[in-house]
Amino acid sequence: MDLSHIEHSLAQHGAWQGKYREIMLLGKALPAMPDALKTDDALVKGCESKVWLHLDLDEQRQRLILIADSDTRIVKGLLAIILACYNNQLPLEAGKLDAYELFDKLGLIKHLSPSRGNGVRAIVERIHQQLQVLQ
Amino acid sequence: MNDNPCTQIRHDFPIFEVSVDDQPLCYLDSAATTQKPNQVIQAVKDFYQSQNANVHRGLHTLSEQATTAYEAVRRKLAQFLNVQSREIVWTSGATASLNLIAYGLSDSLKKDDVILLSPLEHHANIVPWQLAAKRTGARIELLPVDAQGILQLEQAKALIENLKPKVMSICHASNALGNINDVAALIASSKSSGTVTVIDGAQSLLHLRPDLQQLDCDFYVFSAHKALGPTGLGGLYGRYELLNALPVYQSGGEMIDTVSFSGTTFRPAPEKFEPGTPNIAGVIGFGAALDYLAAQDHDALFQHEQSLYQSLLQQLSGIDGIRIWGDTANNVGTVSFNYKNEHHYDLATLLNTHGIAVRSGHHCTQPLMAHLGIEGTIRASLAFYNNQQDISRFIAALKDTISLLEE
Repeated sequence: MDLSHIEHSLAQHGAWQGKYREIMLLGKALPAMPDALKTDDALVKGCESKVWLHLDLDEQRQRLILIADSDTRIVKGLLAIILACYNNQLPLEAGKLDAYELFDKLGLIKHLSPSRGNGVRAIVERIHQQLQVLQ
Repeated sequence: MNDNPCTQIRHDFPIFEVSVDDQPLCYLDSAATTQKPNQVIQAVKDFYQSQNANVHRGLHTLSEQATTAYEAVRRKLAQFLNVQSREIVWTSGATASLNLIAYGLSDSLKKDDVILLSPLEHHANIVPWQLAAKRTGARIELLPVDAQGILQLEQAKALIENLKPKVMSICHASNALGNINDVAALIASSKSSGTVTVIDGAQSLLHLRPDLQQLDCDFYVFSAHKALGPTGLGGLYGRYELLNALPVYQSGGEMIDTVSFSGTTFRPAPEKFEPGTPNIAGVIGFGAALDYLAAQDHDALFQHEQSLYQSLLQQLSGIDGIRIWGDTANNVGTVSFNYKNEHHYDLATLLNTHGIAVRSGHHCTQPLMAHLGIEGTIRASLAFYNNQQDISRFIAALKDTISLLEE
């Protein structure tokens, strides 16, 4: 799923119900994480919903591989957007990405405000922490 | 539809003129905090605008006026609760009150003494007792609650007589489920054991207006903002001998009698528990809230809340897949539910797009959620300023949300 496609489908909807429908469709399209990978280590703290995240490096291609899942439909959809942003990037390039700018562009910036319990901020912070370890 | 007595009363609450995300507000989160009538907002504004001075300090006119007004609210609340004004302590809220009491009672707890709580308690009525238990070696026991989240009264009474708890601290009404507990019966059962009884009244002050002499509890805690008053203010009632015997919790100015480096003596309760400059504007605002409530017909307001609650229950029950928790026969007007396996976060987020304000999550009652075997619920909580239109809007939005989730 590429970002311009996501941007286009979200922009079609003026009302939030429509945006959330698109977000939940993105979530549905994201493959479910096998239960064996839903470990405590993979659980991202600071989320009202449960979010599991794994970040690895394809050594040969030097590209990032992220997989993530959530027990809520909306957060899973937001994860799909975040993954579309970071997956297949070179670690150095991914480190320069600004998910806040992306969410602002998509009209979803309110999901990054600290008062929201969904933990998108915590997920993005976790990705950047793990990227630093890789570099 | 003639929605008496709500029609007129709703105009007293200016928040209902506000649009939220371009939609009129449908506020079903009064268990978190109630909205404020004009009278309260005006009283706070008037205080800062024309009466602001510190209390108990100056001889100047404004300070004397502020002190008189501040102490008058203490008397007003005492009257409201049917206790003496020296038995009322102002704090920052129910949480601070519970901390003060749990800390204060620690001196009289020893190893293996029983502190009796219930699985329905808010974290604020659990954690201060866990700390007290840790300090003293006392142990925490729980009253029995069934799989629906209802306190089992007969078993509870037997347990109280059996355990002879030193302290029993329970909520008058559950914040997560709205259940009204028969605290008077529980308190009566504990009398022969000399149990110190603490009632968390955060959810009951507004809806039930308890007569504390009738309840016969030793302590009662509340938050002003859950009863039309300003945030950052609450308090406690303590039976005077017990209250005055509690040790000082926080110290500072105002609560002392004399200070010297050879020793300091404290003033008697309630002053010894009110160090520093208090929340004067909050108290003045809360006084206006109490006046507002006193001017209403409480029975009519309660009946109105209960009929809205029945209507909400009935319409919710008509939706296939809704699971309602708690005691629906004795309730302050809070409905806590799940829909099939849908996450409460998704439901609340989508309801918000319709301008519906509900709470979702564990409601600071994680042990209760674990007991019910769920992660959390959607909680819609009513107050007398709600109307049938709020219920209809909520139900329509919920149906819309469900169909969006099930697409």
